[in-house]
Amino acid sequence: MGFLDIDKATKSYGAVEVLHNVDISVEEGEFLVLVGPSGCGKSTLLNMIAGLEDITSGEIRIKDRAMNGVHPSNRNIAMVFQSYALYPNMTVGQNITFGLEMHGVPKPERQKAMQEVAKLLQIEQLLDRKPGALSGGQRQRVAMGRALVRDPDVFLFDEPLSNLDAKLRVDMRTEIKKLHQKLGTTIVYVTHDQIEALTLSTRIAVMNGGYVQQLGTPQEIYDQPANIFVATFMGSPAMNVVPAQVVMQNGRPAALVTLSDGEQAILPFSQDNLAPYEGREILLGIRPETITDPDSADRKSSNIAELINRIDVTEPAGSDTFVSMQLGGRDVISRMRSDVPVVAGQSFTFAVNMEKAVAFDPDTEMRIAP
Amino acid sequence: MSVATQDTAIRTGRVTRTLIYVVLILFALFYLLPLYVMLVNSVKPLEEITGGGMMSLPDAFTIEPWKQAWASAQIGVEPTGLKPYFWNSIKMVVPAVTISTVLGALNGYVLTKWRFKGDTILFGLMLFACFIPFQIVLIPMARMLGLMGLAGSTYGLSFVHIVFGIGFTTLYFRNYYAVFPTELIRAAQIDGAGFFQIFWRILLPSSGPIAVVSVIWQFTNIWNDFLFGASFADASSQPMTVALNNLVQSSTGVKEYNVHFAGAILAAMPTLFVYIVAGRYFVRGLMAGSVKG
Repeated sequence: MGFLDIDKATKSYGAVEVLHNVDISVEEGEFLVLVGPSGCGKSTLLNMIAGLEDITSGEIRIKDRAMNGVHPSNRNIAMVFQSYALYPNMTVGQNITFGLEMHGVPKPERQKAMQEVAKLLQIEQLLDRKPGALSGGQRQRVAMGRALVRDPDVFLFDEPLSNLDAKLRVDMRTEIKKLHQKLGTTIVYVTHDQIEALTLSTRIAVMNGGYVQQLGTPQEIYDQPANIFVATFMGSPAMNVVPAQVVMQNGRPAALVTLSDGEQAILPFSQDNLAPYEGREILLGIRPETITDPDSADRKSSNIAELINRIDVTEPAGSDTFVSMQLGGRDVISRMRSDVPVVAGQSFTFAVNMEKAVAFDPDTEMRIAP
Repeated sequence: MSVATQDTAIRTGRVTRTLIYVVLILFALFYLLPLYVMLVNSVKPLEEITGGGMMSLPDAFTIEPWKQAWASAQIGVEPTGLKPYFWNSIKMVVPAVTISTVLGALNGYVLTKWRFKGDTILFGLMLFACFIPFQIVLIPMARMLGLMGLAGSTYGLSFVHIVFGIGFTTLYFRNYYAVFPTELIRAAQIDGAGFFQIFWRILLPSSGPIAVVSVIWQFTNIWNDFLFGASFADASSQPMTVALNNLVQSSTGVKEYNVHFAGAILAAMPTLFVYIVAGRYFVRGLMAGSVKG
């Protein structure tokens, strides 16, 4: 039993089922991020936790109390909305204390709680202003203040950073993470931004098409994606997925891939469990940062494979240079240090850290190794 | 071009502009002429008007016609002036405007934020109320008022105007609330506010512009209504419009044009007043800054 249990939750609109048997158990103090593309059902799931949408079947429990049919205000949750949803006719102070007032908290206590939260979020000087007179970042803080002041069991965040400009978004991201570490509250956070998901969460649920594709720690999601969708959705640039054939080399499985000139290269796997796939086609997943020049290859890795291939395009990006080449007929992106001498059109020796490579079944698209 | 004209879309030369102003001023004079006639003749003794000086400024200025129109002119059988009927109109208009606007706001709130099966059909049916010709409901409404014991009273008139106003006020508020961010309602729900608390604390304070539209529309229509006033009121509850008609149409004695003019202005003043007082709230963007950055 977790702190927040989502137990076989299903949501249908008429005959259309948009969420299918979602099972997630969140421990107290966890930061769970629901991430996925638009329309994957993540916001619907969050609204179901909040009580703003009914559950068609299944159960949601907070602290072992079934929440089906319980009014949002009686769930002891607080929510930060994408648009902040600050009441335009009230001052910042009134916005923050509105929930307490509705729950019958006496005025002196409300004021005290408001001051504490304002101090925590450094918005004390804004308390008498109307939301219309605030900047985007300030509104964001007020929206969080309104959630914090209630001291709820679970915080729900619905894409809270998507309306901020890029720099402010990064700042607020850090701030939310700090706040979570300081307060140790349980948070469920919805975003479509995979970087936000990886940086903030203690666990991630990657969703697509109304299904939870994978639930795990950021490390698990990144290193051992359950399927091709998770592999390509999480990480930027996305993981390269290359068609390859399993062959045996020195009694160990290896991937046979086609280079841009039609020659073939052999990349030995670190895992033995691919042996039964000998002779079969698989999809090989390689993260861009695991393809480097030989000098920068991970020294701790026991399995660096080298291949010589033509460079198609180089994209310098300051700290790194992204280099593309053709592998198995697909564009493959690698991430080099910016001072590596790479020239488009020339041959180059790439070092692939095969310890980090992943293999997928081309039919089911599920991970088969590691 | 100069700074002052930079934000106009169409740039015009001096000649064109002069021409435009001349035409506009002529139109303005044309439209203001009746008001001028009413004003000057309401402050003249009757002999000046009957003597043919309709357009000229008064030789002898007097406010006697205004006093008469207000307090002592013969209306129907009593020499009461328009005063009691003015109060009848006020007693009819204030509750009718208030109640129809509040009900319209409630309807709009429910139709947009507490949606239920068939709500669009219900709204469509309510819209019908905007298109019903008043004449066809006169007799059934008279029967209804009789059954309710409201016939021949200002309450009855108020009731009729409320019923007819709901269609329009619902339309206004529904369309206004349709673009009101639903996230605000959801946030208030999570904060623990109930149905009416959300309405009073969140929605109504943000409804200024549309409430003004609704009040101006309802006030003007109800104050200026003649048909219902003439049909459903008795001698003691007639509104201003009906009394004005009785004043002007009275067939006995001399036609006191100066008194009629003064009476007509008196009857028109409240609507003018509402426009002047409430009109400036039209432009206030009360929703600014509620959502997004």
